[in-house]
Amino acid sequence: MLIGHAADLKSSEITPEPLYWDRRAFLATLGAGAAFVAAPLGAADNPAAVGKPFGLQPDDTATPWEDVTGYNNFYEFGTAKEDPRANAKAFKTQPWTVKVDGLVGKPGDYALEDFLKPSALEDRIYRHRCVEAWSMVVPWRGIPLADVLKRAEPAPKAQFVEFTTLYDPKQMPGQRAPMLIWPYVEGLRLDEAMHPLTLLATGVYGRPMPNQNGAPLRLVVPWKYGFKGCKSIVRIKLVEKMPRTAWNDAAPSEYGFYCNVNPGVDHPRWSQASERRIGEFKKRKTLMFNGYPEVASLYAGMDLKKNY
Amino acid sequence: MNGKDLLARAGAWKEPRFFDRALFALACLPALVATAAMASDILRRTRFFGSNPIKEGEHFLGEWALRFLIFTLAVTPLRGLFGWAWLGKHRRTLGLFAFAYAVLHWLVYVFLDVQLDWNDLVKDLSERSFIIVGMAALLLMLPLALTSSAWAIRRLGGRNWGRLHLLVYPAAILGTLHFGMAMKKDIEDPLIFAACFAVLFGYRIARWRRARRTAPA
Repeated sequence: MLIGHAADLKSSEITPEPLYWDRRAFLATLGAGAAFVAAPLGAADNPAAVGKPFGLQPDDTATPWEDVTGYNNFYEFGTAKEDPRANAKAFKTQPWTVKVDGLVGKPGDYALEDFLKPSALEDRIYRHRCVEAWSMVVPWRGIPLADVLKRAEPAPKAQFVEFTTLYDPKQMPGQRAPMLIWPYVEGLRLDEAMHPLTLLATGVYGRPMPNQNGAPLRLVVPWKYGFKGCKSIVRIKLVEKMPRTAWNDAAPSEYGFYCNVNPGVDHPRWSQASERRIGEFKKRKTLMFNGYPEVASLYAGMDLKKNY
Repeated sequence: MNGKDLLARAGAWKEPRFFDRALFALACLPALVATAAMASDILRRTRFFGSNPIKEGEHFLGEWALRFLIFTLAVTPLRGLFGWAWLGKHRRTLGLFAFAYAVLHWLVYVFLDVQLDWNDLVKDLSERSFIIVGMAALLLMLPLALTSSAWAIRRLGGRNWGRLHLLVYPAAILGTLHFGMAMKKDIEDPLIFAACFAVLFGYRIARWRRARRTAPA
C-alpha cells in the first residue's frame, strides 16, 4: 500500500468527523452483536490470570479460562475434549482422602484439608504441552510436591513415586469401558518428583480446581506431556521400582515412562517439533523440556530418544 | 400393515420435486457450516468448533467424506429394496460430494494443520502409515471423480467405467482404516462407519452370490 503525503489527499477524501464517529459506533454495535452470539458459548466468564510466571516466553499469555476448563483430556469422564466438562458436573470431591504410603517413614491417610494445611498455596503460571501437539498457558494454584514428600520422609530405598486416580465407575462413566487400565496410574522418578517445579495443584485461575481438570488434587509437571499430570489423586506411593503407567500400558511404542517434552523425538503418528497454542492460528516451535531447561540436569547422560 | 405392504408403499415413492436441487443444497451445508465456524473461530475467537477449530474442522470434513461414501454406496441397495429407480441418477452427485469433502479435509490438513511445513509433510507421507492410508484413499477417488461426466462414461464404455469404479470399495475401506488409525484409543466412531460399510458390502456380496447361483452354468 502506498501511503500518500498529506498534500496528496484531497479534502473531499477525508471522512467528515460525524461520519467517522458513526462508523465507530457501528463497529462497536457489530462487536456487541458478536459478543451476544458468543456469550451462550461461555465466553462471558473470563477471569484474569493470577500468579508468578515460570518459564514463560515473551509472547506467552494465559490461555482463557473457557479453553483451560472446556478442552482437555480426562478419560475417566469421556474421550472427547469436551466430555470432561460435560460429564464431571456432579463429581463429588468432598470429603476426599489422600493416602501416602509405600517406602516412607510416615505413611498415612489424610483428609485433603489436613494434607494441604502445612503448605502455603502458590499461584504459578506454567506452560502446558499436550502429547497431541496442542499447548496452553495455565495459571495453576497448588503446593510443591516436594513439601508433601519431605513430610512423608522417603526411605533411602525409595526411587520412584506412583500416583493413582480415584476409581469410581459410578461417578466416572469413562471407567465403565476398558479404554485404559483403571484406575489411572502415573509415575515420576523421585528426583523429578522432588524438583521445585513439580506441583500438586488444587486450582486454576485462583479458583478451586474445576472437576473436569482433576479436582480436587492433581499433578502438574510442566516439562512433561500433559498426561503425566495424574488427576483426582487418591494415593501417592513411594516405591523402589519404576511403576507401570496408564498410557505406557496402552501403547508402549507411543508413550514411554519419561514423556519429557522433546521436539526432537516424534510421536510415531505425528511430529512433536511444533505445537498449536490453543487460541492461535500459526503453529509454534516446541521447546526442549517445554521451555524449562533447568530440568536438563535430571537427565544428564541419558539417551532421551530411547527414554521417551 | 405387514412388511410387504410397507415395501410396496415405499416402492410407490416417486422422485420428490426439486430433489436434485435440494440434495445439492443439503450436501453443501456441512461445508458451509465448517467454513463459517472455522473462519469465525480463527478470526474472531468464537468457539463454534470448540477450542481447537482447525483440528475440529479437519475431522468434521473427513467424517463427512466418509458419510457421503456411505450415501453413495446406499443408492444401489435402496433401489434394489424399494425400487427407487429414480435415485440412481443422483449417485454421481453423492460420489462427487464424497470426493469434494475428502479434498476439503486434505486442504485443511495441508494448509491449516501442517501449515505447509515441508519437513512435516514429507515425514507424514513417508513414515506415518495412517496418513499414507488416507492419501491412498483420496488418490483412489481421484480417477472416479475425473470420470464422472457423461462424456467420460461414453468414452470408456459402460463395462470399463463400471470396472474402474469398483475402486470405490478399496477407497471406502482405506478411508475408514485411516480414521481408525488416527485415533489415540477410542475407535467407537470409526467402528460405526465400518459397520455401515459392512452392511452395504454385505448386500452386494449376497446379491452377487444369489446371481451366481441362479445364473445358468
